[in-house]
Amino acid sequence: MTAEQVVFVLAAVVTLGSALGMVTTRSVFVGALWMIAVFGGVAALFILLGAGFLGIVQILVYIGAIAVLILFAIMLTPRVMGDPNAPRYNRQWPLVAVMASALASLLVALVLRTDWPLAQEGAPTITGFAVELGKGFMTTYILPFEVASVLLLVALIGAIVIAREE
Amino acid sequence: MGTADFVEIVVKSLVIIWALLTGFAYMTWFERRVIARLQSRVGPNRVGPSGLLQPLADGVKLMFKEDIVPAEADRALYLLAPLVAVVPAIMAFAIVPVGPSVTLFGRTIPLHLADMNIALLYFLGLGSLGVYGVVLAGWASNNKYALLGGLRASAQMISYELAMGLAVLSVVMLAGSLSLVDIVNAQAGGRWFILLQPVAFLIFLVTMIAETKRAPFDLPEAEQELVAGFHTEYSGMKFALFFMGEYIAMIAISGVAVSLFLGGWRGPFAEQVPILGVLYFFVKLVAFLFFFVWLRATLPRLRYDRLMHLGWKVLLPLSLANVVVTALAVVARDTGFFGLW
Repeated sequence: MTAEQVVFVLAAVVTLGSALGMVTTRSVFVGALWMIAVFGGVAALFILLGAGFLGIVQILVYIGAIAVLILFAIMLTPRVMGDPNAPRYNRQWPLVAVMASALASLLVALVLRTDWPLAQEGAPTITGFAVELGKGFMTTYILPFEVASVLLLVALIGAIVIAREE
Repeated sequence: MGTADFVEIVVKSLVIIWALLTGFAYMTWFERRVIARLQSRVGPNRVGPSGLLQPLADGVKLMFKEDIVPAEADRALYLLAPLVAVVPAIMAFAIVPVGPSVTLFGRTIPLHLADMNIALLYFLGLGSLGVYGVVLAGWASNNKYALLGGLRASAQMISYELAMGLAVLSVVMLAGSLSLVDIVNAQAGGRWFILLQPVAFLIFLVTMIAETKRAPFDLPEAEQELVAGFHTEYSGMKFALFFMGEYIAMIAISGVAVSLFLGGWRGPFAEQVPILGVLYFFVKLVAFLFFFVWLRATLPRLRYDRLMHLGWKVLLPLSLANVVVTALAVVARDTGFFGLW
């Protein structure tokens, strides 16, 4: 195995293992920590693919902001945080099982159907990746980009309205 | 990558780690001496000349302290937290250029570890990882004061990270690069970005103190109300590791500030005599560190609502406005708008 393959296997094992840890732990806090490890593994995969910019942004946004907020919310709600002996399943588990398997089969079908492009031997790594990404956002993909921005703005205003004192 | 390159990287990494650890040790001495002087005291002056061996004595003492883990603590996370506090702080310094290239043994060696085209994003990312040391410590200790400290730290760092990122962005737009090496080169000839971006400099100055949890933003460890905040339960070397993380983060963030706004290692004749560049960099770095200590001895701690007010309602709008003005100026510069007049 080349060094790249070793790093890939390590990152993949960390990502999948942490995902498993996240769904099997009983503590919400520990689950959130496993999720951070998943984000880290995905960031490593991005960097391995030559998309260092996306990898760092993954760390900055998901680990540095979103996960901190999740931990913050968990720490503020002791009822969620406490009781490690809470039952693992509740009444709704059959429904959730059906939904989860439906989503999983959809994803598997999509992954199998997609024609994954393979890099040629000795293909150049992506240079100016961030530049291309930025240009894409401002030209080809400007509509989805702006729609997502407006959606975030709406969420922001909604949060302020909810939190505002009468 | 040849063997020589590999050796160069290893040697540089070891030098950086050694310098940061020594810097941390002497930063504690520096801080105690300067604060003592500002408060008309003497400070540690018994161990060695002028107390210069005091950090060594402190280190030995902390090594031999009993290491206590609270019975109800989450053991694995309790042990992990101090490491998470230190490692990102050390890694952050890799992108800071401390001088021009030097020629050694017939090799041209640039005086920085990594020149990445995403260096500043890497720096901001590591900064946001640093908060986890505090949050994990606060949670794993299973102590309400520690938990409160962790909560405060996470809220504070999220609030100030945005303004810091936007302040950095203004400089990035002027230099046209995220690499600190390029940014330092763009400031050649005394065109320091502090002159072009005074507002961004002030915002960065405030946010860098908040990000390192230093006075007057040291609410996560406010001793009068939270005992010691997130590190209440820690003792011995683990306790020392939190301080190591804080001081090394101060050194790293000062290094970035010097490179962003004060021209980095640049100064008269620094290009001809590389050692002068390193000296200039060191002098500017110490100036920032002195500022940190000076503030701690001068300002009382902010109230928590004032802290949030300052971050969200003052610094964030100000930094956004600064980005807009800078963007307009850059477009005007690049399209020759001023040339038409």
